[in-house]
Amino acid sequence: MAHPTQLGFQDAASPVMEELLHFHDHALMIVLLISTLVLYIITAMVSTKLTNKYILDSQEIEIVWTILPAVILVLIALPSLRILYLMDEINDPHLTIKAMGHQWYWSYEYTDYENLGFDSYMIPTQDLTPGQFRLLETDHRMVVPMESPVRVLVSAEDVLHSWAVPSLGVKMDAVPGRLNQTAFIASRPGVFYGQCSEICGANHSFMPIVVEAVPLEHFENWSSLMLEDA
Amino acid sequence: MADLIEDKIKNYKTAPFDARFPNTNQTRNCFQNYLDFHRCSKALSSKGQDTSPCEWYQKVYKSLCPMSWVEKWNGQIEDGSFPGKI
Repeated sequence: MAHPTQLGFQDAASPVMEELLHFHDHALMIVLLISTLVLYIITAMVSTKLTNKYILDSQEIEIVWTILPAVILVLIALPSLRILYLMDEINDPHLTIKAMGHQWYWSYEYTDYENLGFDSYMIPTQDLTPGQFRLLETDHRMVVPMESPVRVLVSAEDVLHSWAVPSLGVKMDAVPGRLNQTAFIASRPGVFYGQCSEICGANHSFMPIVVEAVPLEHFENWSSLMLEDA
Repeated sequence: MADLIEDKIKNYKTAPFDARFPNTNQTRNCFQNYLDFHRCSKALSSKGQDTSPCEWYQKVYKSLCPMSWVEKWNGQIEDGSFPGKI
């Protein structure tokens, strides 16, 4: 989850998010190096007493500062396209879950075998127990088996919403009448938080998403329990 | 051939990748399998044959389609107002 004064991304919980994180570090480093160089040149130019009134042109430096930026752009583009195509790879999901957005809660449907469906409402601040996170906890979590490719089909029952979990590197718009597919693999067990990412009315900020990744046996026990309770 | 279909149905985990619908928008994938199940059931039962091969389409549409959509379409089929051709 996010923490106060956080500047960077949340820790990655899926392979795709790890790649995105590393790419961001790479691109940001290039940006910072260029910015530092430019700032240095500016201060050097501004603080010198030397002048040169007779330079007209210079073929060599023009070539250098054309080729070098092109090379830098290629060095950014290649990893970027690599990740783009990686995210688009055909995967073979083990499980399909539908996440339906409502005003103002999410409902999850696990219908591969039985018809398991439940709503997931935010826990109001006054009902939180010590240690729980304000505006992020829900009464029912979307439980998934860890290290398994999961397909999530996102849609909405009323207005636009968006299903996002930053640590899994997932965000997908929930459009009424449309079924949008996204997928992820939770590389480690844990609890991953997200929030609705498309303005959807008064309680848009109060319909969070919680994904809990657990070992397969725990997932099977949980789904049997949920089916009994339903 | 029937054995292959039976095995596929028995070993079903979830709806597999369908090359006809390779992109993000899976709406048509859900609808197509729903239609195919009803068309298959109608075609096989009108000939008096066993409709168990149609189970594949049913499993796929149950995996993909939101339950509210399926209930709505089932209601429309009963009413006779379903927009698809079965």
